[in-house]
Amino acid sequence: MEIVLMLLKVFAVGGVICAFAQLLINYTKLTAGKILVYFLLAGAVLQAVGLYQYVVDFAGAGATVPISGFGYLLSKGAMEGAKKGLFEALTGGITAAGMGITAAIVFGYLFALFSKSRSKKN
Amino acid sequence: MENSQNFINENYLNYIKSVSPRTNESKTLFRAFLVGGLICCIGQGFRYLFEYALGLSGNELAAFVSAVMIFLGAFLTGLGVYDRIGKFAGGGSIVPITGFANSVVSPAIEFKTEGYIYGLAAKMFVIAGPIIVFGVASSVLVGLVYYGIYNIF
Repeated sequence: MEIVLMLLKVFAVGGVICAFAQLLINYTKLTAGKILVYFLLAGAVLQAVGLYQYVVDFAGAGATVPISGFGYLLSKGAMEGAKKGLFEALTGGITAAGMGITAAIVFGYLFALFSKSRSKKN
Repeated sequence: MENSQNFINENYLNYIKSVSPRTNESKTLFRAFLVGGLICCIGQGFRYLFEYALGLSGNELAAFVSAVMIFLGAFLTGLGVYDRIGKFAGGGSIVPITGFANSVVSPAIEFKTEGYIYGLAAKMFVIAGPIIVFGVASSVLVGLVYYGIYNIF
């Protein structure tokens, strides 16, 4: 029962974040790349002022799977690092996000290597 | 002269508005909500799986879940499935981390013909590059500000 309730929260919060992006697409003609950057920065700023953690505690993957969760992770890593020292303050962000960036580069290269271009078919 | 030009432009714009197909706003929002929510639920499913099966927690758990989601996004893009999901879902497929993976793989496949270094490897970062640039820059800024706060107060 607890899991069902949690999944409902995940669905609602994740869905609302994505619907907000769709709203921006419909009314502002922003491209996908710009939307990704703005959402990332929004997540980073919201975490820097201490708000995004509440959303993550409430909705779990509903807040961490959208790209704003990536920004949250970068800010969180930097904030945790800043407690230890200057070196950790500078490297904490990319350390926390390192897994995601590594996965994107390695899996991205591999799957692109073994896939054929499909754009000509459409 | 200018007035009549404006008048014609206005007429033309109104005409375009009346003729072009109206995108159904509420439908696109609903689809983005539905697919985005579902992708996040899949992520939550992996969270539970890794939490109970592997005993992960905290940052480690979040990192492995995002790696798996990126794997899935890259895999489905390679198969050509993710672009079909994207046509249906719009923002619902762009904003989740799987969409980030899609933005890495998609241009890489497209420019593969230009070679494995300047084509594939370079074009991976057409959209992902700015994300990493702004992400790392903002994290350095946040780190410096918090370091300053901790050491001054």
